[in-house]
Amino acid sequence: MTLEIRGLTRKFAGCNALEEVDLSIAPGEFLALLGPSGSGKTTLLRILAGLDFPDGGEIKANGRDLLSVSARDRKVGLVFQHYALFRHLTVAENVAFGLRVRRWRTRPGRAEISARVETLLERVQLAGLGSRYPAQLSGGQRQRVALARALAVEPDILLLDEPFGALDAKVRVSLRRWLRGLHEELGLTTIFVTHDQEEALELSDRIAVMNRGRMEQVDTPERVYHDAASPFVCEFIGSANRVNLSRGARGFAAAEWMPGPAPWGDEVDRAIAYVRPQHLALDVSSAAGQRGWLAQLRHIYLAGSVAHLELDVPALKQQLEADVASEDLPRLGLRAGMTLHVSPKRAIIFPASGSEPGAETRWVWNGERAAAVVPARGERVVNGIF
Amino acid sequence: MNATTIPLRQPRRSRRVLHLALILCAVGFMGLFLILPLATVFVEALRKGLPMYLDAIAQPGSLSAMRLTLWVAAVAVPLNIVFGIAAAWSMTHFRFPGKALLGALIDLPFSVSPVIAGLIYVLLFGAQGWFGPWLEAHGIRIIFTATALVLATMFITLPFIARELIPLMQAQGSDEEEAARVLGAGGWQMFFRVTLPKIRWALLYGVLLCNARAMGEFGAVSVVSGMIRGLTTTMPLEVEMRYNEYDHVGAFAVASLLAMLGLVTLGAKTFLEWRHRGELAAHAPGSH
Repeated sequence: MTLEIRGLTRKFAGCNALEEVDLSIAPGEFLALLGPSGSGKTTLLRILAGLDFPDGGEIKANGRDLLSVSARDRKVGLVFQHYALFRHLTVAENVAFGLRVRRWRTRPGRAEISARVETLLERVQLAGLGSRYPAQLSGGQRQRVALARALAVEPDILLLDEPFGALDAKVRVSLRRWLRGLHEELGLTTIFVTHDQEEALELSDRIAVMNRGRMEQVDTPERVYHDAASPFVCEFIGSANRVNLSRGARGFAAAEWMPGPAPWGDEVDRAIAYVRPQHLALDVSSAAGQRGWLAQLRHIYLAGSVAHLELDVPALKQQLEADVASEDLPRLGLRAGMTLHVSPKRAIIFPASGSEPGAETRWVWNGERAAAVVPARGERVVNGIF
Repeated sequence: MNATTIPLRQPRRSRRVLHLALILCAVGFMGLFLILPLATVFVEALRKGLPMYLDAIAQPGSLSAMRLTLWVAAVAVPLNIVFGIAAAWSMTHFRFPGKALLGALIDLPFSVSPVIAGLIYVLLFGAQGWFGPWLEAHGIRIIFTATALVLATMFITLPFIARELIPLMQAQGSDEEEAARVLGAGGWQMFFRVTLPKIRWALLYGVLLCNARAMGEFGAVSVVSGMIRGLTTTMPLEVEMRYNEYDHVGAFAVASLLAMLGLVTLGAKTFLEWRHRGELAAHAPGSH
């Protein structure tokens, strides 16, 4: 089912849960609504399910107005964050619920209902547990019962609210790969809400990043991660060093680092650069002609295959985080306490308007190498030199 | 002494004395204020032998009081079930102006003296009351009839079911109801298939309490009853009338019946709790 969301607005007492949200979802797409708590993502999901209603805007499903259809007739499958299983019904009765409450004209017969329940329980790998009560199941099993219950009504869209939020880490990873497999098998348009970026990046075809009721960026996981459209996305997805730039006689600079001619006019005199930890180049040689900021290596945090380096940069009066592969540590001769030079290889720079950086024009800076990223509308890719 | 034996730590002597004193205190109070009076009721009722006891019960006044008491409860309790569920549902699922006021009003019968509740009905529906002349003109009598007894009983028992349901419904939230709606259930289907099973034990508990109070209510009922023997005397009123007539055996015989109703209610409640303990534990809020 194609979903077209236009100008959706939802106001709660005093604040906007959703503000002019636009979003289109293609048939069979697996879309993540990602954002911090209070960003409006669950509100959007509840409106799609028919459990809440917007104050403005429209939703079209295959060109037809969805908002005028009651929750009962929407053919939407919803999996709640805490599953909301019917605790007084067995697993099989839970799954059959959506079929049993149908109007008698469209209600399948008893035998057909139990056959369909069996098939669904097999599909979610719960065959044989049909007579248990929800309280007798583990978290992962309950989650799959909730999923089977939602799928039983053969929905056009599947909505999942924080589907893995209440599970422990190990179950979470295996269940989300399984869910991705199931989605590929069923080809059902699926929207899931999460505040876990790792989950969104790993699972979805596209990610809609939300903040304070607004859509910050709707893009593929690769582009959301590598080509953040706004300062919020830079800070929310992955980790990023935030470096202040100010306009000097020779253009924008942060101490020794001068990224080159900026794409903005003279009205912008301050900017903020976001540099991912893996986009910081380290230079440990003591030869002359070193580039970048002089830094002291404070700590090395070894996190498996990656090592996080905590760097103290006096010229910027701040700390930076740099990531290197763990196996490179001995090759580079890195150890805590040493001094080295550090310089960005890639950065995304936004003009700073007031105290908060604005998203008006993005400056994707790719170091000295040729631009590798095709500029999108309204942005320029500029090469800078030190 | 065997080296592997570890002596159990004994609670200190003073603490044991304290434990004992507290337990004795509780048991003493129970005995003095609950069990002794209850026993007295039966002892007094049987003082002149079983035949006299049965005779006192078989009197037309006692029998009609029993019938009336059961009838009043049979009308007031179902009406209170409807009101209790409606009030609890709107208190926990809707936001509306005056919600806090409704919450406070539900408790009003708890805080107002039953006698005052009865007087209010007399002031409203009595011959000199606000609606009295109009009702008189239309040939409707409320005060000093069984209708007044039902009204007064309903007022007194109003909070029992709602107060039992509101905290439970608040704890359970409306996720399951929302799930039912998204799965295609209509309003009644949602109520009968999801909400009612969720609240059934609390509801039953509330009904038992409500019923016990409806049968035992004295104050409000005595004001609106008019004490017409055989017509408007419920069992508690019958007890008082007989007592005032120096018919001790009769008074205590009817009182023993009332006490037995209470004991049956208590027994039913305990039995239900025991019978469904597994289910109640499995379905306790927060268990999933």
